[in-house]
Amino acid sequence: MKNKLMTLLFSFIFASLSMAQGYVAGDRAIDFRLKNIDGNYVSLANYPDAKGFIVIFTCNHCPYSVAYEDRIIDLDKKFKPLGYPVIAINPNDPELQPQDGFEKMKSRAAEKGFTFPYLIDEGQRVYPVYGANRTPHVFLLQAENGLNKVRYVGAIDDNYQDETAVKEKYVENAVNALIKGQKPEPGFTKAIGCTIKKKN
Amino acid sequence: MLLPGVAVFSQSIQVVDFEQLQSRLELRNDTTYVVNFWATWCLPCIKEMPAFQQLHKEYASEKVKVLLVSLDFIKHIDSRLIPFIEKHQLSPEVIVLNDPDANAWIDKVSPDWSGALPATLIFNRNFRGFYEQEFNYISLKHIVDSNLVKL
Repeated sequence: MKNKLMTLLFSFIFASLSMAQGYVAGDRAIDFRLKNIDGNYVSLANYPDAKGFIVIFTCNHCPYSVAYEDRIIDLDKKFKPLGYPVIAINPNDPELQPQDGFEKMKSRAAEKGFTFPYLIDEGQRVYPVYGANRTPHVFLLQAENGLNKVRYVGAIDDNYQDETAVKEKYVENAVNALIKGQKPEPGFTKAIGCTIKKKN
Repeated sequence: MLLPGVAVFSQSIQVVDFEQLQSRLELRNDTTYVVNFWATWCLPCIKEMPAFQQLHKEYASEKVKVLLVSLDFIKHIDSRLIPFIEKHQLSPEVIVLNDPDANAWIDKVSPDWSGALPATLIFNRNFRGFYEQEFNYISLKHIVDSNLVKL
């Protein structure tokens, strides 16, 4: 009985730990239904032909996100035709970061000519499940028998400051690996980013 | 008396890569180092900045050293960082960490760091703590006080 309780306790602790840390490669990602800047709601299930998704938690205000906007558009242009569209999600609470409000998202997307959905995580329920903790933060998913498996988590590449000085294009390499039927290496990277704005 | 100090700031601010910063993060002596990673664009960083400023002032006669490591972009040093330092009369030392391959060094600061700002490292020869959180003066002072090296 005592052992059983201990096992339960440990599995509870591990479950909470892994929840706090978010998805890692191999995990099954949840679908969501979030409002796009065009007013329509978007779910991964709306893309039955997709081979996967480049889900990017990003926003308007963060300089790191801004520095990556053009590269995010390039990723979408390059990989949407190959079955891996970009889905951008703004995880911030607009009350705390007015620049990330829905109307501002629309205008920024129009200015930059975003080619992908730019969704708002209303109620901030999606990003904590994925374990996004900064912007931009990428979760590369691969569709597999109706499920979406996480294949890469982390940064877009290894130089936020200067696109021309990039040595490793993490996301691009990871999607190319999936296309070739290989496992992305690395499956996880870290990056400096803006904290996600959430009321305490 | 403050003006010459401000003038020095305007002239130059040290820019380092991670290797250069790392030697300072590896010091193990009687001084308690409080190293705060921040940027002018990071709202919670700006909010907690007075706590570091106050710590620096109130522990001026103690073995406590506050170092503010800015992750502002190089191109923003003159337009944003220096004006911020001057406006708030930041008295602790400020350096800029310019090493964009962050994946290569975040774990060397602490494996517990996700990469989000603000983040703070507090250490001396007996203690090392890493905090990915926002401080107020009381919570910051508490950690420093409980870990000062007793001579």
